[in-house]
Amino acid sequence: MRAQRMWLALLAPLVIPALMFGGTISGKVTYTGTPAKQKPIDMGKEPSCAKQHATAVTTETVVTGPNNILENVVVYVSAGADDANAPAQAVTFTQKGCQYLPHVLAMHTGQELDVLNADQTSHNIHPLAKVNREWNKSQPPGSPPIKDKWDQPEFVEVKCNIHPWMHGWFAVMKTNHYSVTGDNGSFSLPNLPPGKYTITAWHESYGTKTADVTITGTETKTIDFSFTAKPY
Amino acid sequence: MGKLFAVILVVIALLSAIPIITHTWYGSGISLAPPEDVSTHGYQIDKQLDETMIEAGLSFLGAQFVLAFFVWQFAGRTQGPLKSFPGGAKGLVIAAFVLVGTEILALGLLGTKAWAAVYFQQASADALPVQVQAGQFAFYFRYPGPDGKFGGLHPEKIDEGNSNFFGLDPENDVASRDDIVVAGLTIPVNREIHLMMHAKDVGHSFYVPALRIQQDFVPGLDLNLHFTATKIGKYEVVCTQLCGLGHYNMKAYVEVLSQDDFDKWLKAQSQ
Repeated sequence: MRAQRMWLALLAPLVIPALMFGGTISGKVTYTGTPAKQKPIDMGKEPSCAKQHATAVTTETVVTGPNNILENVVVYVSAGADDANAPAQAVTFTQKGCQYLPHVLAMHTGQELDVLNADQTSHNIHPLAKVNREWNKSQPPGSPPIKDKWDQPEFVEVKCNIHPWMHGWFAVMKTNHYSVTGDNGSFSLPNLPPGKYTITAWHESYGTKTADVTITGTETKTIDFSFTAKPY
Repeated sequence: MGKLFAVILVVIALLSAIPIITHTWYGSGISLAPPEDVSTHGYQIDKQLDETMIEAGLSFLGAQFVLAFFVWQFAGRTQGPLKSFPGGAKGLVIAAFVLVGTEILALGLLGTKAWAAVYFQQASADALPVQVQAGQFAFYFRYPGPDGKFGGLHPEKIDEGNSNFFGLDPENDVASRDDIVVAGLTIPVNREIHLMMHAKDVGHSFYVPALRIQQDFVPGLDLNLHFTATKIGKYEVVCTQLCGLGHYNMKAYVEVLSQDDFDKWLKAQSQ
C-alpha cells in the first residue's frame, strides 16, 4: 500500500504536467521552385496613402523569406482539437496606408473581430464570404471599429470596395490551435493533450497540405511543410 | 411696384452674367474657367463653348431686358386693350419654334467639325495604343510591352489581390507576359495617343478636363478615343458617371513626359 502511494507520488509530477501542458507540434513552412514576382502597387488615386510608403508596397499573395520560407501560412489542427469556445479577446484587422494589417488574420468562430480604420480616407471592407454571410461596410476616417463575428469555419478573402489593390484573408477556424507563419516561416502548436491529430497548412496561393501527428505525452513533434511555387 | 420689379429683373440678369463673363466668383479669386487646354483639338471645343455661351448669354440678357421693358412700360396700367402677339398663340409657337430651332441648329452645325475630329476620325496608324479599363473604383491602363502586342483578356482570371486587373493569362498567353499594367496614364508629349477603353462592371466616364476629352463607358462596348497632348505636366482624370459608393474617389492622373523621359519610363516598367 505504502509502495503504491510512493509510486503515485513519483509518477504524478510526470503525468499531471502532461495533462496540463501537453505536447507541441512545430515546424517550418518552405517552398520549392520559383514563385511569381510580387507586383508593385500604385496608390496614385489615394495620395494620403501613397505618401505613407517611401517605396511602393507590393502585392502579398506570396510572401517569402530567406532559406525559402513561406510567410502567411495558417497551420492549424483540422481534426482532433476542435474547441467549442472562442477566446474572449477580440482580434484586430487594421486598415493603414491602404493595406490590411495583418495580411492574414486567424480567429475562432464566434470570436469578436474588430476592424479599424487608421487612414485619412474612407474604406469599405468587403469580406467575400461564401459559407458565412457576405457583407460590406463603409468606414469613414475616425469611425469606431466595426465589430463582427463569424459563425462557420471558412477562409474568407477580404477586399476593399473603394481601393481595388487592398487584399487580405480571415482564417476562421473551429479550433484555437493555430499559428500563422511569420518572417522565419515557423509555426508552433503547443498545449496538445495526448491523441491523434491532423494538421493542415493553408496558403492563399498554393493550397493546403496535411499531416497526421500523434502526441503521446509532452514531446515536441516536428513537421515541416513544403509547397510547390508556381511561376505565374 | 411693377416698375420696381422691372428694375430688379435687370439687376438680377446683370449680376448673374458678371461671374460668367469674368470667369470668377465675386471677390473670391476662384476661377470658374476650365483648366488650360493642353491638347491639339481642345481649341475647337473651347471655341464652341465660347460661341454657345455668348449666343445663349446674349439671348438671355436680351429676353430679360425685353421683359423688363414691357413690365416698366405697362406696369400699373388698368385700362386699354390688351395687345396680343401677331398671329395669336399659333403665331407665338411658330415664332418660338423657328427662332429657338435655328439657334440650336446653328450651334449644332458649328460644332460638328469639333465633334467629328474627335469621334469620327480614326486614330492614325502610328498612334501610341493604350488600353483603359474602368472598374469600381479605379482606372487601370495597359501598354503592349516590348513585343508590341496586347495579350488576350480573360475576365474570369481577374485577380485584384495579384494586381491582375485586366484578367491576363501569362501562364498560357505568351503575348501577355510583357504587358505593362499601371494605375496612371503616362504618355509622351506631342504624340498621338489611341485609347482603347472599356468598363469592367458598370457605367463610368473618363474625363480629362485639361485634355478636353470625355468618354462615357457602357459595359460591353469597346470605345476609342484619340488625342495629342501638347504640354508636359500632370493632369487629373476623374470619373464623371455615377458608378457606386466609391465614385467620388475614382480618379487617376495623366502624366505627360518628354519623349526621352517616356522611353525611360517604359523601359523601367519592363524590368
